[in-house]
Amino acid sequence: MTAAAVKSHEAAPRRRKANLLPYFLSLPALLVCVGILIPFVTAIYYSLLRFRLNLPMLKGFIWFQNYIDFLTDATFWHTVRVSLLYTALTVGVELVFGLTIALLLQKPSRVNNVISVLLLLPLMTAPAIAALMWKLMTNPNFGVLSYFVQLLGVSNFKWASDPNTALFTVVLVDVWVYTPFIMILLLAGLRSLPQQPFEAAALDGVPRRFVFFRITLPMLMPYMVTAALFRLLDSIQQFDIIYPMTQGGPGDTLLVFQVRSYLEFYQYTNVGKSAALLIILWAITYALSNVFIKQWLRLRERARGLA
Amino acid sequence: MESTSFIERILRGAALSLIVIFFLFPIFWILLMSFQTNEEILRIPPSLFFTPTLSNYAALITGKLATVSGTLDIAFMKNLWNSVLLSTASVAIALALGVPAAYAFARFKFRLGEDIAFTLLSFRFAPPLLVLLPLSLYFQALGLTDTYVGLIWVYQLIALPLILWIVRGYFEDISPDIEHAYRVAGHSWGRTFLRIAIPLARPGIAAAGLLAFIFCWNNFVFALILASADKQPVTVGALAFVTASGIQYGQIAAAIVLSVTPTLALALYAQRYLVEGLSLGAVKG
Repeated sequence: MTAAAVKSHEAAPRRRKANLLPYFLSLPALLVCVGILIPFVTAIYYSLLRFRLNLPMLKGFIWFQNYIDFLTDATFWHTVRVSLLYTALTVGVELVFGLTIALLLQKPSRVNNVISVLLLLPLMTAPAIAALMWKLMTNPNFGVLSYFVQLLGVSNFKWASDPNTALFTVVLVDVWVYTPFIMILLLAGLRSLPQQPFEAAALDGVPRRFVFFRITLPMLMPYMVTAALFRLLDSIQQFDIIYPMTQGGPGDTLLVFQVRSYLEFYQYTNVGKSAALLIILWAITYALSNVFIKQWLRLRERARGLA
Repeated sequence: MESTSFIERILRGAALSLIVIFFLFPIFWILLMSFQTNEEILRIPPSLFFTPTLSNYAALITGKLATVSGTLDIAFMKNLWNSVLLSTASVAIALALGVPAAYAFARFKFRLGEDIAFTLLSFRFAPPLLVLLPLSLYFQALGLTDTYVGLIWVYQLIALPLILWIVRGYFEDISPDIEHAYRVAGHSWGRTFLRIAIPLARPGIAAAGLLAFIFCWNNFVFALILASADKQPVTVGALAFVTASGIQYGQIAAAIVLSVTPTLALALYAQRYLVEGLSLGAVKG
């Protein structure tokens, strides 16, 4: 079609064209993802089945029996507890730690900028690889961290292989990988805050602690909520660090949702139960992500309003 | 903040030093280990002084691992190549699909538009295993298990939402006036999109592509479930390598170094884009 032809037809077909074009542009992306939506529906269906790969003849529809079984299953409640504990610990520690680092690096100077770039490195390390790195460093025979701990006078500290310290160890790795993420977001937030309130406070000689709790923290809150929710959604689904490091062990110590359903599927070949576990996890993340998306949109509006 | 006292500056410096040590020491230590022989690694106390050796890397590159019970064939280089292939192809496809879609979401208010955008976004938050476990059964039936095509398709779950949301934010920040002017001059929307919109959004596209590449490279669980040794990327390959090689700690360290070098190098090289992508992706969408 020549330019002239387009022009002459502009008036009439323009409306129709403008209506179809966006569908045409976004359809391929959607189609690619729809293929992935099918297994999601299948998972719901599986969760209502008695379905074991090793006992195919027992396969049958049992409604919500898999879910009902969980109510009286102590191991299920253990999974819920460990997952929530892991999430609360990682998000809590990373938020406080990330905020501290962001505040220390707030002033844009050469040194601060170099440090903030260097702190990106753990975040860019694959979590599964990070788990292996820490596994090498905490090896009881030659691990450098095991040695340091011994120097401090703590003997018999077994890191991930002791049920008492396994949670601590994986939380530590999570903190190592993901604190920089929170730091980056909060640093961006801190540096974009309007300066007038701080100048006014400095002029009036307001004590620093007061400035922090009454001005900095409230203005930074939307960024903190966004960062925390981002981590929350990831953390409750934790797999990449715990599985390479301990396979959910020792014993059942670290059987969080995804690790447990993975083992349920591959070790016990209980597809129905595995699917039911994941649906429950999905329900939790769905509820959380709805809160999250609302908060996020509010922040976007704000960012746009300021820009 | 001019009133910072001497003591405060000292404290601040000490705190920052500790933070830098905490975050960089593991990388530094593994890098040292990768140049040590097993005997040197097993020394107590651990020491910073040793004669560096390249034997660990040589073993990985030649694929021959000398163990007590003879030589062991390893395919770690294949894993590395798989990572390159999977990440590059996934990001290329995600850009081809995602950039036009992002443009559509940014420029047109259309029915279903927000719904589609949110559906795509919600993939980011679904537990990966929920999709992967049933998918592994489907893939077996379709013959897609353990193929690059199947893996690249599934990798779209990581790359596509990311690109869509970051690039969309970029298009929304660019005034449509220039595009309108170009259109009025008689150019088709396709030319407008290619000649005006894409060049203007290039920094956003670069940031999104870079971030998507790193996330694909770092992914673990997709390939763990859908690929066998032959098609596995380094994240899964390294874990298998640890299990197979047992106590060859020097080689394990070297494998780790090779696995993380590409993403860390990219991060340092393009850190400005990266920070922008991360904060845009989270804050502005």
